[in-house]
Amino acid sequence: MKLSQLEPGQSGIIKEFTDVEMSIKLMEMGCLPGEPIRVERIAPFGDPMAITVSGYQLSLRKLEASTIILR
Amino acid sequence: MKCDRKIALVGNPNSGKSTLFNILTGLNQKVGNFPGVTVDKKLGHCRLLDESRIQVIDLPGTYSLYPKSKDERIVMEALLDKQNATHPDVIIFVADATNLRRSLLLYTQVADLKIPIIIALNMMDLANKSGIEIAVDMLSHKLGVQVIPISASHGQGIDHLKQAIQYTSEIPVQSDTIQVKELAPGLVEKIAEEMNIHEPYSALQLAHQYDQLNFVSSEDRDRIRAIEETLSFHSQKVQAAEIIARYNFINDVLFDTLKLKEGAKRETISNRIDAVLTHKVFGFVIFFAVLFLIFQSIFSWSAYPMDLIKELFIWLGDTGHQLLPAGVLTDLLMDGVLAGLSGVLVFIPQIALLFAFISILEDTGYMSRVTFMMDKIMRKVGLNGKSVIPLIGGFACAVPSIMSTRNIENWKDRMITIMVTPLVSCSARLPVYTLLISLAVPNQTIFGFINMQGLVLMAMYVLSIVSALMVAWLMKQIVRSRERGYFIMELPVYRMPRWDNVLLTMYQKVRTFVFEAGKVIIAVSIILWVLASYGPANSQEQAERVYQSPAYTQKYAPQEIERLKASARLEYSYAGILGRVIEPVIKPLGFDWKIGIALITSFAAREVFVGTMAVIYSVDADDSNTESVLQKMRSAKNPDTGLPVFTTAVAFSLMVFYAFAMQCMSTMAVVYRETKSWKWPAIQFGYMTGMAYFASLLVYQLLK
Repeated sequence: MKLSQLEPGQSGIIKEFTDVEMSIKLMEMGCLPGEPIRVERIAPFGDPMAITVSGYQLSLRKLEASTIILR
Repeated sequence: MKCDRKIALVGNPNSGKSTLFNILTGLNQKVGNFPGVTVDKKLGHCRLLDESRIQVIDLPGTYSLYPKSKDERIVMEALLDKQNATHPDVIIFVADATNLRRSLLLYTQVADLKIPIIIALNMMDLANKSGIEIAVDMLSHKLGVQVIPISASHGQGIDHLKQAIQYTSEIPVQSDTIQVKELAPGLVEKIAEEMNIHEPYSALQLAHQYDQLNFVSSEDRDRIRAIEETLSFHSQKVQAAEIIARYNFINDVLFDTLKLKEGAKRETISNRIDAVLTHKVFGFVIFFAVLFLIFQSIFSWSAYPMDLIKELFIWLGDTGHQLLPAGVLTDLLMDGVLAGLSGVLVFIPQIALLFAFISILEDTGYMSRVTFMMDKIMRKVGLNGKSVIPLIGGFACAVPSIMSTRNIENWKDRMITIMVTPLVSCSARLPVYTLLISLAVPNQTIFGFINMQGLVLMAMYVLSIVSALMVAWLMKQIVRSRERGYFIMELPVYRMPRWDNVLLTMYQKVRTFVFEAGKVIIAVSIILWVLASYGPANSQEQAERVYQSPAYTQKYAPQEIERLKASARLEYSYAGILGRVIEPVIKPLGFDWKIGIALITSFAAREVFVGTMAVIYSVDADDSNTESVLQKMRSAKNPDTGLPVFTTAVAFSLMVFYAFAMQCMSTMAVVYRETKSWKWPAIQFGYMTGMAYFASLLVYQLLK
């Protein structure tokens, strides 16, 4: 399951990433394997999405979210 | 003289780094530029408690030492290169107590470069409120550095921090964090030896980034590349491994130093606000209300102070002419320099107001929500969610709007926004359109309520925004960027704006504009003034003399003679000559040399077109007197053909020309200041003038 497939209010736990370069940026921002992640809301036009991870909110595009595989 | 110690502030974006910088330096700060990038270089001085002076530099906020943008690379260059002018003696690491884990990722990287470092643990008040407990002494003990809890926005703990700076040792004392050598066995030692670097982590950073660091010579690059090839070094995989290793270390450190008392309360309040502010309907209603407020303020509220400034300078000019002896020098001072100065200062109200709003929006956290909401549609045309503010601001004036693009982090998005903002119909075009529309469009109402003139004016505004979006889309295809376009962005928790910060931002932006763009504006306006006031030897005098003959003096009133003379002087000035020179080029657009003069003089500002028309057609040069300019323009005949000069085709052609052409020296000056090179203003001038030329050509040839 990819993060981009979650609906607002749903959550999951990060398993791995499909893109090494993107994973570096994501991990720097606190999205680490094993970390719970929750989709808070999706922007009015359907993209990007707002997520909560390790206590704060990030916004990322669905394309970027699709590189995060959940367990 | 002993050099002041150099202190650098390093930390994540939104960690309160700039607020701390403002507290430490107050008004003793200078905003400059780093070569090659667009982020501000903020330098300042601060006195410690023992009256010794230190130099403080605010480095761009970043999440790690692996830069994702040109701006972030600055941090790496300053810290890794000991010869760099901004290489610090001591680092103050600004950590966000509410996001300690993520802050420490960057801390451990910076600490491993082994520069003396102090942690300023910021936002302690907020952390306490939301139930985060940090055992400061234990944290300090585990990391081997001084940790000073502060609250920059309330000015708490600053004296302690100053004391810590004072007593910090000149040699690094921080504990090691991770086993750097294990990340790339063999490579770190080899590079350290080859390049004569002491610190293993500095060697590893060099291995990752040598290709993008300006201070590494090409021979060194070849040597590093060769080493990496023999050891088959995979930079990205090693980076990923490093980050995981660092988080493991941080989790160990925080295991018994960080305690969460209850669920984060701030988060839920922020979430509730977001449910409204980014709502499908209310979100946009509120956003447009905010935009409307900004638009109103820079369009109409700022008109009062702007008129005051204009009137003050007119009065100064008149008084100067009366008090000073008549002559070339007085003319230069009063009509050239003073007019240029007025042209600079008149922008102050708009800049101050726009930046008051922008810094409030940034400070409260609303700006990131705007980006969040608008990203999808703006991305389609190559812009960024944050481009909305400059584009809407462009309806009032491109100058402050272009200055506000500094908030756009992505270089490419920022450049495209700067490039297209002047296409948006600014308030200086309004007098030009008003004049030309009343010339060409009948003041009729169709279907009982649609005014034709109003309709055309609206069409010009729509044209401006459509063309801006189209050009943005085109540039998105053309402009190449090495940066990967990330959109992973923090949505900070909502908080109250810090008013002293707002005031300081207003002051800084105004000062930067006046002293940097202002120089160019004054220089250009003096050149334009000389062009319009002087001509080749005696030609102006000869032209004037005609009107002294009895044929005129008996027929016209003295005032009328003066106006005719002014008109003749302009016709025989250098600007007039230039107007004739460019006539063959602009003839296909339907313009004669008189319009050519107006095109040249209105490079100062578009609205000057109306004033120049007034002088050319020798009417009282008063902006409010458009009616009489209109009469004269309407009756103007082409001396060769006897037909009217201002036909519908010419009026529309001119309107389209003013819609697209870069007829504004202030905008060019500010683009130069923001991009720090003449390349971008030159490209902008070229493409806009080209676009204006061909659009006018098309309009004139079709309507003729």
